[in-house]
Amino acid sequence: MTAPKSLFQKVWDAHAVRTLANGQTQLLVGTHLIHEVTSPQAFGMMRDLGLKVLMPHRTFATVDHIVPTDQFAEPYRDPLAQAMMDELRKSCREFGITFFDRASGRQGIVHIVGPEQGITQPGTTIACGDSHTSTHGAFGAIAFGIGTTQIRDVLATQTMALGRLKVRRINVTGALRPGVYAKDVILHIIRTLGVNGGTGFAYEYGGEVFDRMTMEERMTVCNMSIEGGARAGYVNPDETTFAYLKGRPYSPNGAAWDAAVAGWRAVASDPGCPYDDVVNLAAADIAPTVTWGINPGQGVSITETVPDPAKTSVPDEKSSIEEALAYMKLKPGAPIKGTKIDVAFLGSCTNGRLSDFQEVARFLKGRHVAPGVKAIAVPGSQIVAAQAAKLGLDQVFRDAGFEWREAGCSMCLAMNPDKLIGDQLCASSSNRNFKGRQGSPTGRTLLMSPVMVAAAAVTGAVADAREVFAVN
Amino acid sequence: MSLAKISSVTGRGVFVPGNDIDTDRIIPARFMKCVTFDGLGEFLFYDVRKNADGSDRPHPLNEPRFKGATVLLSGANFGCGSSREHAPQAIQKFGFRAVVAEGFAEIFYGNCATLGLPCAVASREDIAKIAAAVEKDPQTEITVDVAKQEVRFAGQTVKAAVRESARDALVNGRWDPIGELLEGLPTVKTTAARLPYLAA
Repeated sequence: MTAPKSLFQKVWDAHAVRTLANGQTQLLVGTHLIHEVTSPQAFGMMRDLGLKVLMPHRTFATVDHIVPTDQFAEPYRDPLAQAMMDELRKSCREFGITFFDRASGRQGIVHIVGPEQGITQPGTTIACGDSHTSTHGAFGAIAFGIGTTQIRDVLATQTMALGRLKVRRINVTGALRPGVYAKDVILHIIRTLGVNGGTGFAYEYGGEVFDRMTMEERMTVCNMSIEGGARAGYVNPDETTFAYLKGRPYSPNGAAWDAAVAGWRAVASDPGCPYDDVVNLAAADIAPTVTWGINPGQGVSITETVPDPAKTSVPDEKSSIEEALAYMKLKPGAPIKGTKIDVAFLGSCTNGRLSDFQEVARFLKGRHVAPGVKAIAVPGSQIVAAQAAKLGLDQVFRDAGFEWREAGCSMCLAMNPDKLIGDQLCASSSNRNFKGRQGSPTGRTLLMSPVMVAAAAVTGAVADAREVFAVN
Repeated sequence: MSLAKISSVTGRGVFVPGNDIDTDRIIPARFMKCVTFDGLGEFLFYDVRKNADGSDRPHPLNEPRFKGATVLLSGANFGCGSSREHAPQAIQKFGFRAVVAEGFAEIFYGNCATLGLPCAVASREDIAKIAAAVEKDPQTEITVDVAKQEVRFAGQTVKAAVRESARDALVNGRWDPIGELLEGLPTVKTTAARLPYLAA
């Protein structure tokens, strides 16, 4: 009988190649995902050093950050965007890498494409030059964001140098109340543990709430692990995971499927395995959550007020609140509910999946975006867009006054034409509310669940979706 | 490939106060529309350093008295957010050779280490002392001693921790791991062969 191990430990041990001179592990990266923004310099380094890609079939590329969501035909209006597109095409051709280009019908945000293609699998290690790679942990993979030099390392050696992370188990027990979503769960976790509370940790999410979640909901939670400082976050694979993966293009099939499932079952954390830390949270304490500040930990429940710096005696907290409120132009102690918005954004690798649009569409029928509000809905991938169209969701959004766009990262980070203007306030289903994040140096972002974004869009102000849509 | 052994960095400092300074603030995303890292230095902290018309806003990096500083001082959770290597690249290309902060975000820290940019963690009180010395005399010479894990300035010495793996790599001139990773290739192949999803 061997000692019980966590999934993290099992996956790490299986992928550890050797210990490097500085004590880090040379870790095998089974699956490598790349996109146009952080990879071109890595290919440049490969060329400069005369290196070959060791396992070209284990790197998959797509284009997402710079894609204009209102223009399919090339050349793009932005020549820099076109140059990045061309560069990725060239590098993929040169090094023999599979590229889900826009013409493939399978392009999209890299963290949506991997899972929907069945590339993201339990028990694997996944790296990508993007911090939201933690998304893939929803499948019981150890997945993390890396820098460009590390992309070079993975291309050339299928490995990277990494120190082992500690593991924090986060249990959320009980049942979520109606109108409370996966997004609220992760915003609550970040608010509770802090934006740097997870530094040095991988988060293992467990408990009844996660057991009951769909894969898409688990992805929403794992996606934002990095916003809590945790480089990786994961959920142990179970029947929900296997059902999602069955029949996808890169999923094993035939006899290999049964063998793979057996392996995936075995990789889950053993009962009684040790963790470096355990945190217990109650689902009943989680309400629809909205950020009011300039980092994802600065959130309140919809029924709460924006903090008042005068009411804290912690000097650091006081200055953080003051800085955030000055930037956000919000009044200390004011209710967050009723804050007027200018823009509503639905999409991103956090909440740009089919179920996000399905859930919103349920409430949007017969409603219309408030006058003066610009509302855009951006499917996370071409496949999401196609599935939504098949269900007629695109029309529901258009009828409600949303613009329905082509797949891409869009307004999450504004490396494309979708940007806030001036100090516009945006109700956003994305993941970051940093200063200037949505493209305007003075633009303001309120993070919330897609249904809360819809409630804000139709009322023109931050609203309690449970009241607006009579959820109970 | 021979890399510099970075056991210490000496130069003048500049304090950019604040906690949770994220990589979007360090280098706004729109400046990442590039296929090389060249020229990123001028966009460091751009949106907090510049007005929309390109004129300067009040910011420590705009003050002539701090020009030429090579040691960047800041608060807690520095470099949080995006994994963009453009952030440490911009810091390095601006001219910084070391960062001393109360704490660093995980991915940022690793990116800096791989670029040979030492990141040292000091207490808030000690950073305040260094910042006070720099404020009093911007010419103050600061030594970030990676090997000894301390910062020396104006006759004072304070503790500044460097993660063991980064300290070893910097001091011994092996901060870019590519050579060592390539040496491990035979073992990479045997490790991969044991994993069903890679063996296929």
